[in-house]
Amino acid sequence: MVLNSIRTYDDWTFKRWPTAEQRMLEMAGLDNPNSSPFMVGEEQRLWLEKDLDKVDKNTPVVVFSHSPLQKIYKGWNFWTEDADQIQALLKPFKKVSVIYGHVHQIQYNQIGNISFNSVMATAWPWPYPQSYAQAEQYLPKLTVPMNRADPFFERDATGWQFINVADGNADLNFTLSDNTGRIVRYNDTQKRPEDTRYQDEKTRIIPQTHY
Amino acid sequence: MSTYQKMAMALCLAFAADGSALADEFTEADVQRWQQQFMSVVSEGRELWTSPKLGTNGVACAQCHPNAANTHPETYPKFQKQLGKVVPLWQMINWCLKNPLEGQPLAADDPKMTALQAYVTYERRGVKLEPGKH
Repeated sequence: MVLNSIRTYDDWTFKRWPTAEQRMLEMAGLDNPNSSPFMVGEEQRLWLEKDLDKVDKNTPVVVFSHSPLQKIYKGWNFWTEDADQIQALLKPFKKVSVIYGHVHQIQYNQIGNISFNSVMATAWPWPYPQSYAQAEQYLPKLTVPMNRADPFFERDATGWQFINVADGNADLNFTLSDNTGRIVRYNDTQKRPEDTRYQDEKTRIIPQTHY
Repeated sequence: MSTYQKMAMALCLAFAADGSALADEFTEADVQRWQQQFMSVVSEGRELWTSPKLGTNGVACAQCHPNAANTHPETYPKFQKQLGKVVPLWQMINWCLKNPLEGQPLAADDPKMTALQAYVTYERRGVKLEPGKH
């Protein structure tokens, strides 16, 4: 299923700026979002509840959403205001995978039965929230960050990925421009997504440290 | 009290009577004024940081560095492998102005460069100095 997790309004989308270019420029200042906090909203939550009611609890559920359906850092909208309520609706299902965008970086997490995976952006790199000293942020401890972006390589820290959701768990194969690829796969024993190469602290490399 | 001290004191009193401040004293009002000056430069820096005006292609500093994140002002001057030498922060800012923003570099003492550095450093407040760190 696909959830619209950015509730915007006509005023914001069509009326506030003279041109779409000017709106995009405002979006570039995302560190001070002028839109409302990202949320799924009551209307869609009610729809989701009714829709899921018809589904057997053993059916794998895969949810696509723009913003993370978890709370990581509010200042950059790495956040969904009603994430807790959405997670509560997904909790009764045996196997749930949430795939989200917005963050332009590799993130993954496991909350109970729900796996979270982010996807890459082909546009500009976005730093990890721990590199903003004033931020109160909760990057999932499970996430092994990408390498710090090297500004001297124009496409560094951008990329794309192939995602296999055939068995209801998400396996992600990341192709990163100007960087070594990464594979994040659901580990059936640990019951969580893991990087196949760097998950163990001992295998990590210096550029994965963000500060 | 020596003659010299007496003369110095007389001079100080003369200045004080004149309404001038003593060299080593300043007031709460002074601190407030200086802070306001600083914050107004920080605010100009924030304006420049989030604006495409420094470049020619619509790119703004904040796109890759929201809240000036990932700029690490506390680590400069430091060796930049791509430039092959130790550089202060303003030279790295100029690299960004010339390359991702395709704009013109700023002079070291350009008020815009001062404002950019004031903003970057303000966003990094509270972090200990670690010159040279990678």
